[in-house]
Amino acid sequence: MTLFYFFGAVAVIASLLVIAQRNPIYSVLLLIASFGALSGLYVLLDAPFVAVIQIIIYAGAIMVLFLFVVMLLNAPQEETEFDVRVHPVLRTAAMRLGAVLAIALVVELMWALTRINGSGSFPSGAVVSVATIGHRLFTDYAFAFEVTSVLILVAMVGAVVMAKQDAVRGGK
Amino acid sequence: MPSLNDYLILSGILFSIGTAGVFVRRNLITILLSIEIMLNAVNLSFVAFGRSLGTADGQIIVFFVMTVAAAEAAVGLAIVIALFRHRESLNPDSFTALKW
Repeated sequence: MTLFYFFGAVAVIASLLVIAQRNPIYSVLLLIASFGALSGLYVLLDAPFVAVIQIIIYAGAIMVLFLFVVMLLNAPQEETEFDVRVHPVLRTAAMRLGAVLAIALVVELMWALTRINGSGSFPSGAVVSVATIGHRLFTDYAFAFEVTSVLILVAMVGAVVMAKQDAVRGGK
Repeated sequence: MPSLNDYLILSGILFSIGTAGVFVRRNLITILLSIEIMLNAVNLSFVAFGRSLGTADGQIIVFFVMTVAAAEAAVGLAIVIALFRHRESLNPDSFTALKW
């Protein structure tokens, strides 16, 4: 129970700081901390496979990709001179609407969860082994698994095409 | 022992933080990071439900969500790079070519 609150607090505070930062590099690093806390929560949920791929794939691969782009673009601070041209009443209204929507989402979720009957405590079960997950992936989810490989191929080609220099395209 | 409700409340809080980030921030990279926060909140609820039902399906769906998130990050960051090359800016308000 204590560990749950510790990891949950770290995840929530780190995520809040991700949003509060103006410098994207700090945002990315704080998000890695949040993912580490989530990985701990997955261990508490008896899901070691997800905990490991959370660290290896999310914190290790996707966040490094983000970090590369942040450093490549070299635009650390959020620009504010453009905001001057936007009417301040309109701008704050949009931001206020976003905050209100988020708070409404939290309130609705809390309201829905308090109406659930029963304690919702977990049954005592065995840890789902990686072998089970692999077996299910290649039997029940075989089609989705193969489609995923096509998706990654398409994403790879799309990323290369979109990030290509315009000069290369024009001078063919 | 924390119950399923605790995990769902935590997941809801994280998802709301991500939603607020998409609305509040004026930086394309931070908006993409907020989307990652939302995806992770959903992953957490998937794993919690899978643990509650005693099946491996929750973890398998999390595996697919992570794959899609990786593809989304690659394509999204390529778009960000292309946009930055055109406008020298990461502010989403500066891309108004398709705005009526």
